Amino acid sequence: MDKFTVLTAIAAPLPEANIDTDKIIPARFLKTTKRSGLGVHAFDGMRYNQDGSEKPDFVLNREPYRKAGILITHDNLGCGSSREHAPWALLDFGIRCVIAPSFADIFFNNCFKNGILPIRLPREICDALMDDARLGANGRLTVDLERQVVVRPDGEEIGFEIDPLRKHLLLEGLDDIGQTLQHEGAISTFEATRGQAQPWQTQIVID
Amino acid sequence: MAARTLFDKIWDSHVVERLEDGTAILYIDRHLVHEVTSPQAFEGLRISGRRLRRPDATIAVVDHNVPTSDRTLPIEEPESRNQIETLERNVREFGVPYFPLLSERQGIVHVVGPEQGISLPGMTIVCGDSHTSTHGAMGALAFGIGTSEVEHVMATQTLLQKPARNMKVVVEGTLGAGVTAKDVMLAIIGTIGTAGGTGYVIEFAGSTIRGLDMAGRMTICNMSIEAGARAGLVAPDETTFDYVRGRPFAPQGEAFEQAVAYWKTLVADDGAHYDKVVELRAEDIPPVLTWGTSPETVIPVSGTVPDPAAESDGAKRAQLQRMLDYMGLEAGQKIAGVPVDVVFIGSCTNSRIEDLRSAASIVAGRHVAPGVRAMVVPGSGIVKAQAEREGLDRVFLDAGFEWREAGCSMCLGMNPDRLTPGQRCASTSNRNFEGRQGPGGRTHLLSPAMAAAAAVTGHLTDVRELI
Repeated sequence: MDKFTVLTAIAAPLPEANIDTDKIIPARFLKTTKRSGLGVHAFDGMRYNQDGSEKPDFVLNREPYRKAGILITHDNLGCGSSREHAPWALLDFGIRCVIAPSFADIFFNNCFKNGILPIRLPREICDALMDDARLGANGRLTVDLERQVVVRPDGEEIGFEIDPLRKHLLLEGLDDIGQTLQHEGAISTFEATRGQAQPWQTQIVID
Repeated sequence: MAARTLFDKIWDSHVVERLEDGTAILYIDRHLVHEVTSPQAFEGLRISGRRLRRPDATIAVVDHNVPTSDRTLPIEEPESRNQIETLERNVREFGVPYFPLLSERQGIVHVVGPEQGISLPGMTIVCGDSHTSTHGAMGALAFGIGTSEVEHVMATQTLLQKPARNMKVVVEGTLGAGVTAKDVMLAIIGTIGTAGGTGYVIEFAGSTIRGLDMAGRMTICNMSIEAGARAGLVAPDETTFDYVRGRPFAPQGEAFEQAVAYWKTLVADDGAHYDKVVELRAEDIPPVLTWGTSPETVIPVSGTVPDPAAESDGAKRAQLQRMLDYMGLEAGQKIAGVPVDVVFIGSCTNSRIEDLRSAASIVAGRHVAPGVRAMVVPGSGIVKAQAEREGLDRVFLDAGFEWREAGCSMCLGMNPDRLTPGQRCASTSNRNFEGRQGPGGRTHLLSPAMAAAAAVTGHLTDVRELI
């Protein structure tokens, strides 16, 4: 996983609420066994006509947003399916940061696992950042994770909250499995203790 | 000790260790695996040289991609075939128990888990699938995870989690004729919205919930995620214990009695604190359905499609108009009477034997309306066989329904069961998002009985007219 430190990028405004993960990546593209290559299908239904041609009005089909690194939306981004293909598709497109007033829980979690920083900011601030984003290449935003600020084109800094453990993992680009395996002893102890206390716990064995 | 909720009790009993910032290493009892969200996780284990820690707590099944037609024929779509073959290679390599395509025990993972006694009260259960919330009906803490977390569970049998907040949804009273668990849950989602449960685990309580059978409770918990909650819960009771008793992977004999003694402690303490409480009266819930492309767009079947002009927020008004346009409906239009092209009875929400009986009771002696394609996709091979023993297959087939093999099917159209652009579907599934059942497809979510009513009349219909 790539580290997330400071990102300066074009931001794409997508002023919609309840953008579900089916919209970010429809189910028919989930047949891959890889994590890469999904960017071309990101927002497929919003982005392409049924003949495969681009819808010229969709923000990610317009310059300079084809190179967007930040996406700003309204409430409840990423609701619905748990598919991690949604953050994979965003990442493959080039999005490293998503900003919204609220996120669905599973999507929020999945972003962190892939080096994407999801930032919760109040609706009116998201709207102001979308106004910045509409300036296109002149409206680049900077996201500084260490300092926990979004820097607007006029230099104004907007603070955001992030869980300290998640911040650490993102800044270092760490995989949390290695971290959890350092607690192997505690996991084994838990299993042994519970096995004694709850002898009815069954194992799944198929002959 | 302070009074605890059911969620608190299950949570506390699975904390391996609390980290400095309050994150818990949470032990996972059951890991359900399917072909779509697991290949990258198995690949991750291989690349990092890690083992799968507890194959005996893991079960794999193919459901999302599988054809629901003749299973003895090769799978036509090469990518679907590849995903299924990849799972089969992975379960062999990592020694994971597996119900293959031709096994009677194959089916939708959220039907199979409870049916086999793999999902039990008091457990923590995860799967790379948001509808894992279904298993909360057993009185288990069950939630969907992404593929990175799938790999984390495979490698460590734990997850890094922070505790959720507690919400209680209380439904009291007696359901009217033609009103089912699906109507109750859609009414709840319509009340609290698709983000109303974000950050919460919802415990469903009250006399109406207690009165539901396990299939009904599973329907309720299944759609917790459509209310934004990762997990739903119903406290285990005699209905639960009766359901679990004798299932293949449940504890048997003396062990079962010991387990029940423990499971009986899994109820909220008197005075336990809930961060949010929502109350509904069963008598206030009519048969309902969705009109739009979000599960919260719930209206009574006797109702009309809302008018975006009544919405003051500009962005919301534009979204409502977009929904109307996508769905091919007019503001103020009566929803009953809107013609349907397809009826889908199935999915992890409503494909259990009780659901099929409910639909069959409406279909019996009637025929599918001309021009309508109606299909029944049982939730598992076991459900299908049971229905056939009861003669339900004949009821559906004689009426002109398709009677298909088990799988996720047209809930999300990863297999060949898809809507074509513009087709309107009365569906017992859980999501009505744009394109969910196929690009351009239009979905109305409703109960199996309401779906059956739409099939035989050819339009969205108040099922009470057919009882």
